[in-house]
Amino acid sequence: MSTPEITPADVAHLARLARIDIPEDRLAYYADQLEVILGSVAKVSEVAGDDVPATSHPQPLTNVFREDVRTPSLTAEQALSGAPSVEDSRFRVPRILDEES
Amino acid sequence: MSELITRTAAELASAISTGEVSAVEVAQAHLERIAAVDGAVHAFLHVDSEGALAAAAKVDAQRAAGEKLGPLAGVPLGLKDVMCMEGIPTTCGSKMLEGWRPPYDATVTKRLKAAGIVILGKTNMDEFAMGSSTEHSAYGPTHNPWDLERIPGGSGGGSSACLAAFEAPLAIGTDTGGSIRQPAAVTGTVGVKPTYGAVSRYGLIALASSLDQAGPCARNVLDTALLHSVIAGHDPHDSTSLTDAVPDVVAAAATRDLTGMRIGVVKELGGEGYQVGVRQRFEEALAVLTALGAEIVEVSCPNFDYALAAYYLILPSECSSNLAKFDGMRYGLRAGDDGNSSVEQVMGRTRAAGFGEEVTRRIILGTYALSAGYYDAFYGSAQKIRTLIQRDFAAAFAQVDVLVSPTAPTTAFKLGEKLDDPLAMYLNDIATIPANLAGTPGMSIPIGLAPEDNLPVGIQIMAPARADERMYAVGGALEAALLAQWGAPILSKAVAL
Repeated sequence: MSTPEITPADVAHLARLARIDIPEDRLAYYADQLEVILGSVAKVSEVAGDDVPATSHPQPLTNVFREDVRTPSLTAEQALSGAPSVEDSRFRVPRILDEES
Repeated sequence: MSELITRTAAELASAISTGEVSAVEVAQAHLERIAAVDGAVHAFLHVDSEGALAAAAKVDAQRAAGEKLGPLAGVPLGLKDVMCMEGIPTTCGSKMLEGWRPPYDATVTKRLKAAGIVILGKTNMDEFAMGSSTEHSAYGPTHNPWDLERIPGGSGGGSSACLAAFEAPLAIGTDTGGSIRQPAAVTGTVGVKPTYGAVSRYGLIALASSLDQAGPCARNVLDTALLHSVIAGHDPHDSTSLTDAVPDVVAAAATRDLTGMRIGVVKELGGEGYQVGVRQRFEEALAVLTALGAEIVEVSCPNFDYALAAYYLILPSECSSNLAKFDGMRYGLRAGDDGNSSVEQVMGRTRAAGFGEEVTRRIILGTYALSAGYYDAFYGSAQKIRTLIQRDFAAAFAQVDVLVSPTAPTTAFKLGEKLDDPLAMYLNDIATIPANLAGTPGMSIPIGLAPEDNLPVGIQIMAPARADERMYAVGGALEAALLAQWGAPILSKAVAL
């Protein structure tokens, strides 16, 4: 496929999806680089035909089960030890819903 | 400087087990070496002197009590900062995890401790293992002990440099596209990416889960094999962990005769784009392999030409998903939480503040490749190339026992040289990436210095999945023959720090 054109607005959209606040004045920089990188990898679509199956993993993956028994795990204190903010043995997070909802 | 630091891991373990030296003396000698040279090399992000000396004292006490010691008990090691170690800062080279102390040990860490291996500290790396030069570390680059103005490879440049600078005889690396093998090549050390699934990924901070594999690094093939045996083996905490018995890589490393071994030279990995001196040393190594009894044939793997392109779609796709967990909520950095902002706003600020440029670039690229409308053309096509590369390997291994190529297209380049050109940086991994896409093992060992710059060159030896011992056989025999030629290990030629 031809090399896609990447605009600063595209980067802003992708950055929003990826939850990274890229400063306005850096969008064009990333857009240019992204376009160059995509241009060099775009040839992938020309190689394999419809008859070639996709491989997502080096090994055939199967579900792995274990017995449904209690095993040692982190204590609440350990699990919270690296948290930026804690309240009542829970992770304290910023508000999830808008004020009005 | 103590002569203890120049000994091999096997020699140190033997001296400790016979009581010739104590594990504490060995640890102290290495800690002193770190204090003396790491200001210039910057291989370590964190040195755990207290923990190392305590672990060494425990080995000495076990010996005094008449307990049987493991084959590497008391030997010091540098642990790549991608691997969790309970209570010890683990940053992954990122500001995102600055100051974070994991509440648990990775399985690799646990196995090292159980084997009595003395963990000196955490080694520097490109942020979240994205890079080929260690320049993308948020804590500053590591310098190549051969020439401090040059890169030590990446992402595991701290691990390779600590070996080359005699700060540790053993190190752990992780290899997603060459992060063990390329640093080994450019520092004159040995590094192995085992078969995918051979070493547990539990507690290894994931970059691209279908490609990541931890492995052993050392200054020679036997030490690498001994470390491989310690860290490999089934782990119920990793659903992709192989259940097979670990191959006898230590016995294989003692191989000195390659009669009957068929070695394939990969036509697509060499020639144009590879430095003249790299090609010259590689050709000479092939002559040594022939003299050892091996039969050398050329093998074509035509789809390897597309491996780099496929990799730079698969890896960003997986990493954009894996790194979503760094959201500032449960551990690590949180930025811009002013009490009024929403969780989404805080995530956006946190990730902008915590991630460096290369990480941001790859997350954006992966987000694009996985977007509706582009998924089939990019990610889907890359996955098909993965199938074709696996088929190329299968066809090649139907003809030969192992495949070889130069490990990296050039010797160590100058710090800063490729930092602003992502594509040029990505080309470093052109020869190592196919093995990650296929899940097959690869090893790099030094084969001399390039005549034009007197810097180390590595040969890559690749084997079929679950046949890691073949690399050790070829690597062990080639290393012994080259050592006989040179009269001294290659690192004796490095400029003394």
